[in-house]
Amino acid sequence: MSGNMNLTLKVWRQKDANSQGKMVTYPAKDISPDMSFLEMLDVVNEGLIHKGEDPIHFDHDCREGICGMCSLYINGHPHGPKRAITTCQLHMRSFKDGETITIEPWRAAAFPVIKDLAVDRSAFDRIQQAGGYISVNTGGVPDANATLIPKVVADEAFNSATCIGCGACVAACKNASAMLFVSAKITQLGLLPQGQPERYRRAQSMVAQMDAEGFGSCTNTGACEAECPKEISLTNISRMNNDYLSAKLFREEELHHSSGE
Amino acid sequence: MSLDGKVPQGPLADKWSKYKFDLKLVNPANKRKYDIIVVGTGLAGASAAASLAELGYNVKAFCFQDSPRRAHSIAAQGGINAAKNYQNDGDSVFRLFYDTIKGGDYRAREGNVHRLAEVSVNIIDQCVAQGVPFAREYGGLLDNRSFGGSQVSRTFYARGQTGQQLLLGAYSALNRQINAGKVKMYTRHEMLDVVVVDGHAKGIVTRNMITGEIDTHAGHAVLLCTGGYGNVFYLSTNAIGSNVTAAWRAHKRGAYFANPCYTQIHPTCIPVTGDHQSKLTLMSESLRNDGRVWAPKTVEIAEKLQKKQITAAQVAEEDRDYFLERKYPAFGNLVPRDVASRNAKEMADEGRGVGASGLAVYLDFADAIKRLGEDTVRAKYGNLFDMYIQITDENPYKEPMRIYPAVHYTMGGLWVDYNLMTSIPGLYALGECNFSDHGANRLGASALMQGLSDGYFVIPYTLGDYLAKIGPKKVDTSHPAFAKTKQDVLDHVNKLISLKGTKTTNEYHRELGHIMWEYCGMARTEEGLKKAKGMIQALKADFWKNAIILGKNEEVNASLERGGRVADFIELGELMVDDALMRRESCGGHFRLESQTPDGEALRDDENFAFVAAWEFMGENQPEKLNKEELVFEAVHLSQRNYA
Ligand SMILES: Cc1cc2nc3c(=O)[nH]c(=O)nc-3n(C[C@H](O)[C@H](O)[C@H](O)COP(=O)(O)OP(=O)(O)OC[C@H]3O[C@@H](n4cnc5c(N)ncnc54)[C@H](O)[C@@H]3O)c2cc1C
Ligand code: SF4
Ligand code: FES
Repeated sequence: MSGNMNLTLKVWRQKDANSQGKMVTYPAKDISPDMSFLEMLDVVNEGLIHKGEDPIHFDHDCREGICGMCSLYINGHPHGPKRAITTCQLHMRSFKDGETITIEPWRAAAFPVIKDLAVDRSAFDRIQQAGGYISVNTGGVPDANATLIPKVVADEAFNSATCIGCGACVAACKNASAMLFVSAKITQLGLLPQGQPERYRRAQSMVAQMDAEGFGSCTNTGACEAECPKEISLTNISRMNNDYLSAKLFREEELHHSSGE
Repeated sequence: MSLDGKVPQGPLADKWSKYKFDLKLVNPANKRKYDIIVVGTGLAGASAAASLAELGYNVKAFCFQDSPRRAHSIAAQGGINAAKNYQNDGDSVFRLFYDTIKGGDYRAREGNVHRLAEVSVNIIDQCVAQGVPFAREYGGLLDNRSFGGSQVSRTFYARGQTGQQLLLGAYSALNRQINAGKVKMYTRHEMLDVVVVDGHAKGIVTRNMITGEIDTHAGHAVLLCTGGYGNVFYLSTNAIGSNVTAAWRAHKRGAYFANPCYTQIHPTCIPVTGDHQSKLTLMSESLRNDGRVWAPKTVEIAEKLQKKQITAAQVAEEDRDYFLERKYPAFGNLVPRDVASRNAKEMADEGRGVGASGLAVYLDFADAIKRLGEDTVRAKYGNLFDMYIQITDENPYKEPMRIYPAVHYTMGGLWVDYNLMTSIPGLYALGECNFSDHGANRLGASALMQGLSDGYFVIPYTLGDYLAKIGPKKVDTSHPAFAKTKQDVLDHVNKLISLKGTKTTNEYHRELGHIMWEYCGMARTEEGLKKAKGMIQALKADFWKNAIILGKNEEVNASLERGGRVADFIELGELMVDDALMRRESCGGHFRLESQTPDGEALRDDENFAFVAAWEFMGENQPEKLNKEELVFEAVHLSQRNYA
């Protein structure tokens, strides 16, 4: 095991949504390669607090790659330089002694900065609220095995369902498009038999909300897929476009009819 | 005082159905006259908020994360139990009930546990209807696996992300109600107190975590679904934000806290590496289905392994002690968590632990890889293995994993009766926040089951009964009790903000954690607990003199949030120690060294301790009062747990 490291951090500091932000440089001394990136920031923050300085604010909770709360744009990549992991799963052994690390928040008009490195991702919630569900009340549902779902279909739906809603796809995209995120949910529900009745309407309402939130459009650059910690695939976007188009071309009337609910 | 759990009379299997019929109903047209506050939107809270809104109530839901989808429930990996008997292997509602009672070491309430087993069947149906992508077999049917402490395959799972998928299901049901205008969701809001009017819970006080605004909200009932308090130990498998504040503040307003010392220690976690560590990571218990647990037979070999003079592969078969298979042949590596944990600790205590610290045992997949092939093992556990590699920089396909027990779940929590109502009328506690269904030890895959059972299928009935009785007349926030409680909260916040000492709240938290783990962890003694009590009292006094809290209330202020939570953890820690001191028996994960069988197994004392300990707050720095709810067992015979 190599020894501990000394690093230089360049961190985006911004007091609140309405203030101007700027990059500030901090030393990070005696960092163990076994620390996670967030633990490294904890150590830096303890030092700042001891000096009476405002600690660096960032979002996090589970610290095991599943809640989707951590963000951080590290050296030009959402969730840092390694593939298929979140920031909380990134360990300092991925960096070299003496390195300078640049840390910024997700940048997208639809994700305003709250403080320092934390941004407001509630636009994602509003997109899901617009129709990212299967309308079923509690109780009175059929037996779980009454509807057979072939393993391949279940697995494919599952692959889309693994999206953690972190927003790295938006941060990675030069247009700040939310297509990968939205398409993952649409695909999961669209593949399952339970999701059929509302399939086309769902695609339309979620896409409409996505546009209303100010996310950019997709120009098929693929940065989202490359930076997604859960390796959500671009094929989701094709599936979503399909559903969306079908809805537009063939089901306009039906949709219109039922949109008053 | 003897407490009444309000478990209905009559035969066990009929209790819940008969009870549901006897409950008072709220007329559908009247439901919209009632406002319900739900704090917490994990499995318990999101399912409750969605179900109540569907029924027609107006719901206000709160969580401290930026989205309900991020509640700690999202992290659950292994699975959720249900007595479906799809595998035709002899499962039944009664067997699930029986396993749960026995697994909890006969310290749970029979009526609740039977209801949980009954309702478990509906939970799976509900989740599948919502589009939760559970694992399937090629024929399209749901797949099952078995989990620690059980001899049947009753666990439903979604790869290693069951919690995420179940939570996303509940979250989508919640979203549907938000869209319909029946739920108003408040994210990044922390509840800091309960408002009690004429003895009934009528509202809460919250802090907006972005602006610092302290606000009050009124409702006909308040549901706390705020999760467990395992983070009192500092290091645990819980998310960093998990805390006890909501439950603790409710406790100070009159809600009894039950069995606080019952902590579950999970046997398969990645061991601690250093002081910088902020949390521990659980490796799903399902790994024990195929992984074999072992330690070297001798201290000499262990030391060589610790110093990396030899590798695990170089330890000959006859020098390995597969201690779980040896001691518990019927269950082998699948013994319940407390048994597996205690045995791992014994290995380390004997000097037979592995890894640099000696605080670990092996979980070995070499045999499984030989038997099933690496691809099958990868398909089953790949994501867990990846996670392990990420954290430890070691490859479990090539060398055994190192595992060690860590704090995982808390069985104690707010005392509730059969209706899930706390000792404050109108205040309910659901999911991990209450104490009710797991006794002294929780079996794998049963917490998710309880959270969803409480939220989808229990509270919609039992809450109606209370609401029908109190009627729709509103108490609103202009009632003086709201201003008074808000002022109390402001005073507390200001007191924290004024702390300009030299120690960070994190340092206090870590210190508390060390005390709790050392003296109130896997094994406890009278002497150790007494010592811990003094240490915690000193820590508390020091906190209120020497802690540093920076910044002001009117901004995003993590150090203030943390300060408030750590202060509550310190107080809870003292109560946990009192509870552990009082309980002079071993049960479940609570092992009193003074109380063991000749073979070193946990020895219960049913004569004197077959009760729920419900603690009543008597004022700042006053000893708490112990209330007892006697546990009556009609359907099962109390027997010594024996997995041999
Ligand atoms: C790593 C891990 C793996 C697990 N695996 C399994 C498993 O395989 N099977 C199983 O059955 N169980 C498992 N468990 C246990 C299970 O996940 C939890 O017990 C369960 O999810 C708790 O759900 P809950 O709804 O009670 O609380 P949580 O999901 O913890 O939700 C708490 C909610 O309360 C909110 N909250 C808390 N305090 C406040 C406050 N003061 N103000 C406002 N909001 C507040 C939070 O924002 C959150 O929304 C696992 C646990 C862990 C840690
Ligand atoms: S698609 Fe990937 S990057 Fe985008 S929110 Fe989901 S998990 Fe994050
Ligand atoms: S903190 Fe939960 S995914 Fe990183």
